[in-house]
Amino acid sequence: MKLKLTTLALGAAIAASPALAELTFPSLSYRTGPYAANGIPFADGYADYFTLLNERDGGIGGEKINMIECETGYNTEKGVECYESTKGEGSLVYQPLSTGITYQLIPKATADNIPVHSMGYGRTSAKNGEVFRYIFNYPANYWDGASVAIKYLLNENDGSLEGKKIALVYHNSAYGKEPIRTLEELSEKHGYELTTLPVDHPGQEQKSQWLQIRRDRPDYVIMWGWGVMNQVAIQEAVNIRFPMENFIGIWWSGSENDVLPAGEEADGYKALTFHNVGSDYPVFDDIQKYVVDAGLAAGAGDQIGTALYNRGLYAAMLAAEAAKTAQEMHDTAAITPEQMRDGMENLVITEEKMADLGLPNFGPEFEVTCENHGGNGYAAVAQWDASAGEWSLITDYMQSDLEVLQPLIEEDSMAFAEESGIEPGCN
Amino acid sequence: MLYREAGDFKTSYRDDSQTFPIRFDRTAYYVLIAVALVIVPFVINDYWLNAVLLPFLIYAIAALGLNVLVGYAGQVSLGTGGFMAVGAYACYKLMTSFPDVNIFFHIILAGAVTALVGLLFGLPSLRIKGFYLAVATLAAQFFLVWLFNRVPWFYNYSASGQINAPERSVFGMKVTGPETEAWATYLFCLVFVFLSAWVVRNLTRGATGRKWMAIRDMDIAAEIIGVNPLRAKLSAFAVSSFFVGVAGALFFSVYLGAVEVGEAFGIQKSFLVLFMIIIGGLGSIFGSFAGAAFMVLMPVLLKNTLVGGLGWATDLAAHLEFMIVGGLILFFLIVEPHGLAALWRTVKEKLRLWPFPH
Repeated sequence: MKLKLTTLALGAAIAASPALAELTFPSLSYRTGPYAANGIPFADGYADYFTLLNERDGGIGGEKINMIECETGYNTEKGVECYESTKGEGSLVYQPLSTGITYQLIPKATADNIPVHSMGYGRTSAKNGEVFRYIFNYPANYWDGASVAIKYLLNENDGSLEGKKIALVYHNSAYGKEPIRTLEELSEKHGYELTTLPVDHPGQEQKSQWLQIRRDRPDYVIMWGWGVMNQVAIQEAVNIRFPMENFIGIWWSGSENDVLPAGEEADGYKALTFHNVGSDYPVFDDIQKYVVDAGLAAGAGDQIGTALYNRGLYAAMLAAEAAKTAQEMHDTAAITPEQMRDGMENLVITEEKMADLGLPNFGPEFEVTCENHGGNGYAAVAQWDASAGEWSLITDYMQSDLEVLQPLIEEDSMAFAEESGIEPGCN
Repeated sequence: MLYREAGDFKTSYRDDSQTFPIRFDRTAYYVLIAVALVIVPFVINDYWLNAVLLPFLIYAIAALGLNVLVGYAGQVSLGTGGFMAVGAYACYKLMTSFPDVNIFFHIILAGAVTALVGLLFGLPSLRIKGFYLAVATLAAQFFLVWLFNRVPWFYNYSASGQINAPERSVFGMKVTGPETEAWATYLFCLVFVFLSAWVVRNLTRGATGRKWMAIRDMDIAAEIIGVNPLRAKLSAFAVSSFFVGVAGALFFSVYLGAVEVGEAFGIQKSFLVLFMIIIGGLGSIFGSFAGAAFMVLMPVLLKNTLVGGLGWATDLAAHLEFMIVGGLILFFLIVEPHGLAALWRTVKEKLRLWPFPH
């Protein structure tokens, strides 16, 4: 026991070699466990973009980027360990890619004055920046996703969902439960009938849920899945011959890993996304040149251009842009986490900016303010083409129904503020 | 030479039956307590607290509790995760319903609520034994997790189904919530660990514990010599669940702060705590601590050595970690099937004679 503790101390001492005068971006990734298939491409994209900036531009604003990767396995306890082991190294922003870990970090990171960017996941009401000063979830959140999915279905049905049946298949966790409230509110507004079907972690067992779908014959199925649950759900939908074009997943249920196992039958499956797909962008040429050809690609290097790789890259790009904004605002290259927060809060993403970065038309334009940490809530629908083996956007970016969402966000964030004694405000 | 009992004379029964009859052991114990109470709070930081010490202390309480049931009373249980969830949700409901009552009492009360639930799920043990009982407790595990996911009252109707620990303090020092001092939460948990170990030690060497052990060794014989199986088995379930509930309450309120029942208290938690006591040693207080230390520290140590020390890829390290921890578990169980506690006993036997074994 004593020996163990000494070795442990030694290990910790070796681990804690501080990297000074660098911009530290921790990557709380998961390359193992039941969600690894989705965690790997995201982590690769996140790492490759920072490697690209280091190799091509010498970092951000002349400061090298130091990315520390820490394996969480999508497990909250390991996530806490990762947070504690990296926060002392000047970490600028956390992106844990897990709603469970995000909920853990919201109070902790706020107390430590380190921003968290839960891009398209986490606690939706963090959009209210007056309450959640250090938490950001731009460019879109779960409630935006639910609302855009319904909006898309409205467009498909000439503006009326009266009498339609919609089923929600969701991961039975904080993540999967997020959209229920919104979908219920929207069902009152648009008159559709909502059934909710929870699937327990990790989601390999879904026979009974799909049996119920076969019996109830809903017009549309919306899915909030992650990891192995997605593949199983799509396979089960194929098995009961549910029409794929009536099956819409959230952006976390829309990667190649999810549709490929079902083969040709998955053709026509739809998923939401808040950024573009494919690798037909100038930045990918640079990644090939500076990262892949130099042998610096993260992981196996075989994920480039996949939906989740692009999302990781997008997350890294937004982080880098926020860091640039912070450097300009505070006139220093070596920014602190507090300054990073200011950068995130004043982030403006325009078409010119994205074109300059080699990502023209990659995502929606948006602007972050103190009152609005969640961007403008634009998302689009992508469809899987099984014969070509690729996703393609079939709609433009649509804005969510803020009329319905804003009161919900207000209510939930104020409840949190009261619970934890926060005085809402921008100063 | 150092470790010996020669010259250590006992003049009363009281001295003779104390927990640490050998002077060296006793001194080591007092030194350990002093270090844990006086020195550690001054050197502790957030990383050591949250990555190592808090999980170790909390799992030690859970392992102690499960050891009462499995190790001392011989009733196999796979419901630990579910009972920890009862402790956590009871603590949450109490914290939010009675914000003025001190958190210390909430945690004790959460343990008491869990004891009642444990009593209820212990009833089948009067009829069924061994593996069949394990299956019955497995049902408790799944039922309880399902219940906390299904009934919104338990999570105060929050949209996400998560429970969050509000800020509470003891003697003016915050022990839950985000803005705690490392030493305060550490001492708070340490107090519970100390009390739990003290109570369990004294229960197990008294009449109650002897009844449990009689039931474990042969229930029919125990019944013939006058042990009431109903009371012995149910008291074991209640006491065990009490400590497991306290561990669950601390796990939620002090350690994690926000909990999702399926993820935090799933079946893997039941197995984890069961492995702790099997590796540590069934029916041993030291074993509970050793097992908890092994299962909590090994992964952290391996991660820091492989990723931090050797600079290996995180996924490679995570996979190797599984293999190494698994291999070590096999190794220890082959070398000493009765766990680390038995290994420790053998070492002590050898030490008594060292360096002159003949």
